[in-house]
Amino acid sequence: MVAVAAPRQLPRKPLIFAGIVLAWLVLWLVFRNVGTLALGAADLTPLHRWVNDVNDAVGASRNSNPVFLYFFNEIRLVIDEFVTFIQALIAQPSFGRPVPVIGWLGVVAIAGFVSLAVAGWRVALLAVAGFVFLGLQGLWQESMDTLSLTLAAVVISLLIGIPLGIWAGLSDRAHRILTPVLDFMQTMPTFVYLAPLTLFFLIGPASATIATLIYAAPPAIRITAHAIRTVPRTTVEASESLGATQKQTLVKVLLPSARKTIVLGINQTIMAALSMVTIAALIDAPGLGKTVVKALQTLDVGTAFNAGLAIVVLAIVLDRVTTAAASERRTLPRWALFGGLGVTGVCVYLSYTYLWAAEFQSDVEIGSAIRKGATAVTEWAQDSLPVITDGFKDFVTIVLINPLQALLAESPWFLVALVIVALSFMIGGVRPAIVSAVCIAALIATGLWQDSMITLASTLVATILVMLLGIVVGVWMGRSRRADRFIRPILDAAQVMPAFVYLVPFLALFSASRFTAIIAAVVFAAPVAIKIIADGIRAVSPATVEASTALGSSSWQTIVKVQLPMARGALTLAANQGLIYVLSMVVVGGLVGAGALGYDVVAGFSQGQLYGKGLAAGVAIVVLGVMLDRLTQAAAKRWTN
Amino acid sequence: MDPVISVRDLWKVFGPNASQLVASDELKALSRQELMDRTGSVAAVRGVDFDVAPGEMFVVMGLSGSGKSTLVRCLTRLVEPTAGTIMFEGENILEADPKRLRDLRRNKFSMVFQHFGLLPHRTVADNVGYGLEIRGVPRAKRAERSQEVIDLVGLSGNEKSYPDQLSGGMQQRVGLARALAGDPDVLFFDEPFSALDPLIRRDMQSEVIRLHREVGKTMVFITHDLSEALKLGDRILIMRDGKVVQVGTGDELVGAPADDYVRDFVRDVPKSHVLTLKWIMRPPRPDDDLDGPELSPETVVREAVRSVLGADKPVKVVRDGELLGVVADEEILGVVAGEA
Ligand SMILES: Nc1ncnc2c1ncn2[C@@H]1O[C@H](COP(=O)(O)OP(=O)(O)OP(=O)(O)O)[C@@H](O)[C@H]1O
Ligand SMILES: [Mg+2]
Repeated sequence: MVAVAAPRQLPRKPLIFAGIVLAWLVLWLVFRNVGTLALGAADLTPLHRWVNDVNDAVGASRNSNPVFLYFFNEIRLVIDEFVTFIQALIAQPSFGRPVPVIGWLGVVAIAGFVSLAVAGWRVALLAVAGFVFLGLQGLWQESMDTLSLTLAAVVISLLIGIPLGIWAGLSDRAHRILTPVLDFMQTMPTFVYLAPLTLFFLIGPASATIATLIYAAPPAIRITAHAIRTVPRTTVEASESLGATQKQTLVKVLLPSARKTIVLGINQTIMAALSMVTIAALIDAPGLGKTVVKALQTLDVGTAFNAGLAIVVLAIVLDRVTTAAASERRTLPRWALFGGLGVTGVCVYLSYTYLWAAEFQSDVEIGSAIRKGATAVTEWAQDSLPVITDGFKDFVTIVLINPLQALLAESPWFLVALVIVALSFMIGGVRPAIVSAVCIAALIATGLWQDSMITLASTLVATILVMLLGIVVGVWMGRSRRADRFIRPILDAAQVMPAFVYLVPFLALFSASRFTAIIAAVVFAAPVAIKIIADGIRAVSPATVEASTALGSSSWQTIVKVQLPMARGALTLAANQGLIYVLSMVVVGGLVGAGALGYDVVAGFSQGQLYGKGLAAGVAIVVLGVMLDRLTQAAAKRWTN
Repeated sequence: MDPVISVRDLWKVFGPNASQLVASDELKALSRQELMDRTGSVAAVRGVDFDVAPGEMFVVMGLSGSGKSTLVRCLTRLVEPTAGTIMFEGENILEADPKRLRDLRRNKFSMVFQHFGLLPHRTVADNVGYGLEIRGVPRAKRAERSQEVIDLVGLSGNEKSYPDQLSGGMQQRVGLARALAGDPDVLFFDEPFSALDPLIRRDMQSEVIRLHREVGKTMVFITHDLSEALKLGDRILIMRDGKVVQVGTGDELVGAPADDYVRDFVRDVPKSHVLTLKWIMRPPRPDDDLDGPELSPETVVREAVRSVLGADKPVKVVRDGELLGVVADEEILGVVAGEA
């Protein structure tokens, strides 16, 4: 019935769309480079200066203002203490010792034992091998710093997230209140809240942990609430009918039944935390991320690759352990439990007492080999593949990026504003048009209009590429179970990786440029879009597909006339998610030459006088995100009803 | 004997302003659909009255959506009734405070559910002992009692299994054992066998009949299956759109349906299996030979066929030496032929 309703109103619309675009092109020719609101890289607006002043004032009053003394500083202190404590245990020299309390042997033993207890011996073996590999890479301390920060953020996230999740699982009202807040937190482009946080918590581990918290707690809350809400009604009723109190039902029925799902939530929290902790290197969080950032800034692909690989190894180990913990009922035999405990105790003691077990020193250091290898491959690729890589790069740059950027960034602002509002109105009606108008006003107010348009162009290009990839691979997966079985694990693995590591190989292939940032964003965003589209195609009723085949449609006709139109909802959702993922890579892309807003944010972290501008750029990214999110959602609503 | 459960004018309305709705006689008189259209509320149970005697197997039956589940949940206040009274052993359940209600649920009644409602993370033994655990019964005693009821429902040997390792029939035996473990006075069953396939269902019905005989508990049994109702029920309550249409024994429903709805319902029942002689006997006529064999009015037709057809005179229906009527070949054939 949906399929019938749509064509009736469609024929006129494309004409109007085409008319708007045509008018835009003509006016662009006329008014080119007029009123573009450009702002030089080092130039500031009064707003930026004012933010700088606020920052300075806040800095000056940090130790006198009561709000800081009794609130922000307290939080910072507690979190710093907590992080420092974990670092003292496993990462940093502490308590007057030249080494951490627990050395590498102890950490490896603990990792192995915990994995054995919750995930079985295979995963335990993987964990041990993974951790030893980190040491062999020559990145033991950096890895442990990253792990410490991740653990600290995860512990705090869960302390906050699980009770909130339980609350939202039990109470409809709590659920109604929390859902929009979580929605907002999750549609926010990931890395932009770093800057405002540093205003209150300074640069360093505390800000990094809090940023990580904001990013990592929502999945824990959401999934816990979901897990509790999906416990079958009868099971709860059965418990009540036997006279259980609310607390008994919660502790004995709801939580145990929801356990597996909650562990999956913990898994997501851990992976999100790891991803964010590495990014938080931008605000001086210690660990592997910092190694990557420094290497990226000097275009040292070898070092970046080695550290990126360490992040991947850490991610794989953490993911495998928590996934396996969620999947099975497991009780370790008593002897294995006590034996393992004993061995772990001995290892911890050794690593506390002897230097060889504390500091990872190895003759078989493979880190330098990896660095050299990666550098060599990079040089080879850049020397011998330029036909392919440069060809592709130039093609996309010339055909897609440049025209779109020219159109958006070189038109007068009022023209772009008019076009966006008109398109919003056509897509969604009055409300989206108003939202777009407000967002445009906000963009202008940030003083970064032209940068925003350049970033918007890159974002749109990346999203188009994501959708192309998503449709091709998603349709393939949706139609073939074998393709699905084969590709899905790869996508799952790709989604687990911290955003950061995507930059490294593309930096090697394409060197620093807008294009590199776009491709990294595409690779980061594609798995989500592909999965959504594949599921959408699969969900199209087989009876309809069969009927179409029975009428003699070719595969192509079935895809284009039946499956894609019927999966419209999934397509718009994929576009929406793709956009959000792409936007969250804007800041990361700033590290490898994306320019515009991404660069503004990154520069704001490192140069005091650009702080205000960086913050404004962060706001601009959020505003772009809100606008695009509302628009795609409005489109989704329009097309699925 | 005093009834165990006595329900009077029970109402349950889902939706906004439910309590105001049932205060208005005008709205109460509306049909379910009209009420839905006028107020957006669903009257799931409408003015239901009935009594359940001690040790009785009382069956509530009706089509899907007729309000059976809501009714039985009202009896244990898993669903809060909107109006009416429910007397349980002389106590109005609707006035029980939460603590008293928990006591009642822990000690007096328990329930068996259509979709079992087992705890997937617990073994059979721990599922069965759950109710006792909640009451704070010590572990050893719990284990002992669980074992008793597990044996009683024929699950011995499966104590350590998890629910997902059992067939549907066995899972429902666990549900049954869990309900029996607390030694309640009344057992409620909400379509306990609807999710099972026919052969298993027959087994489980026999099982419940056996348990009813062995433990002698009062049982309230919900079903949408008439043959199940006739097989199990001492008395049967028929519900339609939240209202009681008729309450009676199986042969009363078949022999004297209250209205066309019930008549329609029982049309396909093999009458010879349900009706007794008292439903088909006629007054003796002057030309009847009254020295034939005697049978009680409670004899089921099927069991009387041979005697009646074998005798060359009408069979006398006699209770306490008093002649109530006679049954001859044509009456018997009238019933049996009607089924073909
Ligand atoms: N929680 C509820 N909220 C609103 N309406 C409800 C609720 N529970 C039941 N109803 C409505 O009350 C009516 C009776 O439902 P009930 O579940 O008691 O029927 P039932 O006889 O048990 O049916 P079934 O054989 O399908 O189990 C139905 O119209 C149903 O939609
Ligand atoms: Mg029901």
